[in-house]
Amino acid sequence: MKRTTLFLIFGYLLFALIFVACSSSGGDEEAATDTGSSDTAAESADSGGGNQTIVIGFTASQTGSQNVSSTRQVNGLNLWMSELNAAGGIALSDGTKVTFEAVTYDDESNTDRVQELYTRLATEDNADFLISPYSSGLTAASAVIAEQYGKVMITTGAASDETYKQGLTTIYQAYTPASRYLTGAIDLMATLDADITKVAFVYENDKFSTDVVDAALAYAEEKGYEVVLHEGYNSDTTDFGPFINKIQDAGPDAILGGGHFQDGSTFARQLSEKNIDVDFFALLVAPPEPDFADLGDAALGVIGPSQWEPLAAFTPDSAAAAGLEWFGPLGEEFVSAYEAAYDGEEPSYHSAGGYAAGLILQQAIIAADSTDPEAVGAALDAMDLLTFFGHIKFDTTAEAHGLQIGHSMVYIQWQEGADGLAKQVVWPAEGATAETLFPLP
Amino acid sequence: MQISFDLIIASLIDGLLLGFVYGIAAMGLTLIWGVMNVINLAHGPIIALGMFSLYFIFDLFGLNPYVALLLVAILGLLLGVLIYFVAVHRVIDAPHLSTLLATFSINMIIIGLGTAAFSASPRNVDFSLGSLSLGPVTLLGTRLVAAVLAVAVTGGLYLFLYRTRPGRYIRAVANNRDAAELMGVPSAQILALSFGLGTMLAAIAGGLIATFFPFTILAGGVYELKSFVIGVLGGLGNPVGALLGGLILGMLEGIIPAFMPTTWVPVLEFLLFVLILLVRPQGLFGARK
Repeated sequence: MKRTTLFLIFGYLLFALIFVACSSSGGDEEAATDTGSSDTAAESADSGGGNQTIVIGFTASQTGSQNVSSTRQVNGLNLWMSELNAAGGIALSDGTKVTFEAVTYDDESNTDRVQELYTRLATEDNADFLISPYSSGLTAASAVIAEQYGKVMITTGAASDETYKQGLTTIYQAYTPASRYLTGAIDLMATLDADITKVAFVYENDKFSTDVVDAALAYAEEKGYEVVLHEGYNSDTTDFGPFINKIQDAGPDAILGGGHFQDGSTFARQLSEKNIDVDFFALLVAPPEPDFADLGDAALGVIGPSQWEPLAAFTPDSAAAAGLEWFGPLGEEFVSAYEAAYDGEEPSYHSAGGYAAGLILQQAIIAADSTDPEAVGAALDAMDLLTFFGHIKFDTTAEAHGLQIGHSMVYIQWQEGADGLAKQVVWPAEGATAETLFPLP
Repeated sequence: MQISFDLIIASLIDGLLLGFVYGIAAMGLTLIWGVMNVINLAHGPIIALGMFSLYFIFDLFGLNPYVALLLVAILGLLLGVLIYFVAVHRVIDAPHLSTLLATFSINMIIIGLGTAAFSASPRNVDFSLGSLSLGPVTLLGTRLVAAVLAVAVTGGLYLFLYRTRPGRYIRAVANNRDAAELMGVPSAQILALSFGLGTMLAAIAGGLIATFFPFTILAGGVYELKSFVIGVLGGLGNPVGALLGGLILGMLEGIIPAFMPTTWVPVLEFLLFVLILLVRPQGLFGARK
């Protein structure tokens, strides 16, 4: 064969590798698929006579890799807005009625677009408040812009801790940060069996999963666990055979890690096929997804953290018990309103997060009794509240301003139900709906 | 780090079983190259179509995946013949860049249509043959069957090429198309058949892979890259070399992670690829020419 042809092939391969590397840009928190959704653009319309329309600016990933999760998040936010506007908005003490309008664009799941569009929202569209896009990567890009133009932004669908450690002052996080994604699983494990000593961490090599696992690993070591394997895999991994052989060789009692939906579900399936004997198995992101149940027996007993579950029972009573203020609808009211608004689709934690971002802003405006950004910012700093989404409280120190410190994850486990597999909340104990299935079957 | 013997054996066998399927995929690519000097850049998407065909036949009609594989093979053959006449035939004598671009266009068309039709969400063929434990090694039924089928397909291809009239025609055209035409070999049909056989092998590989891993319409790209590495390793245009190359690559993929982080696998694979190109461009087992 000719040398030139070989070099032609080589050139193509190089091109293909570069193409693949560039096209798999920062996916976060969620495996994504499908298409759908629509949006509207509106203009700010301040009018006298005691009525004020507040413009909320945000972008949605109508296209690109974050499409599914972003659509759910935006659906939740839109539901909050339409409910509030239908109820007449917020009444301030001076008699002003505050209603809300959304200005939104498609960010194509692309960081550059996010920067461009948030600049436009802040300058041309004169948005009064901003809500983040979905995913840590996109949110990090929008946060810088929000800070630059002094806009208060509630972030949701964005768990990475780092954004809040850059000295930003107007950004507030609704989600539990990545550093606490898996720590609850370690707490749960400690209550189950004191004989568990050896832990393996196997995780996707992306920013989000690495952040989560680094924090969980430090926590596990602090708790006295021996880490027998600590290794990342590429995001497009389909063959977990080499890992599973290593796991088998290291002989851990528990496996923690994962990344997003596709790799997590593939890993769970192959682990089950190979009959690996571990007592405890917790994965990021994939297990709370309803589709995870398609794995059948491989899903049984797998534990996963979720920002929110319809099952989780936060109520005015539990708020009173914890000495917190209660605000907003009950979980079941949110679920039924969401299902009524979106053709019976069950809300995911992304949807609840979108709605919660609106609620947080609403409560801050009520507490501030003003729509002035500084007053609203001060109200957010002082916020300590329980909603259907959970506890909301922000870090107010200069090192991590806006970082969520109240909210915590709920941990679900797939268990045998009356008709097939069903999700149960197993941690924290006060929200648990079933005993943990332990050890793994 | 202490490397245990058990780990090495288990990794080696896992890799080897997977290598048989890589070999089939690479054989498809290398057959097309060997017969008509065309680099088929639509190889990856055709592998993905093989996966989806098997998935739909299994899911919609409830057919056993290995019966479905037979249909997948036939569909792959017909698709290849179609692609040949639509995109390749007219540029077959043009410079390599033309056929590269023609097959690259097919690649983009399949991926575009596939994304629109199936979205990019992962699919999973929910089928298992259980597993067999031998000491430290757990053999999955689906991988064992896939390896056996891969050997059968290779044997079948060999018999076809050496024992049948169309097979002899293919070899004649591969050797010297002008001379074969003078002898009355209908070269257009034979080239179409060869292209069809190449895509059939890709579709079979895709169907087999679908029985062990979840996939999306983009999943074929990885196996296309592997096919190139294997093709160069075994010698482009040499089907048996492709199978052996597949086994070598599979073993490397199994063994490397036992000694270092898994992220090193593609680095070492492509390092090997460059080395072979520089030192032994005809491949380890010699190219057809």
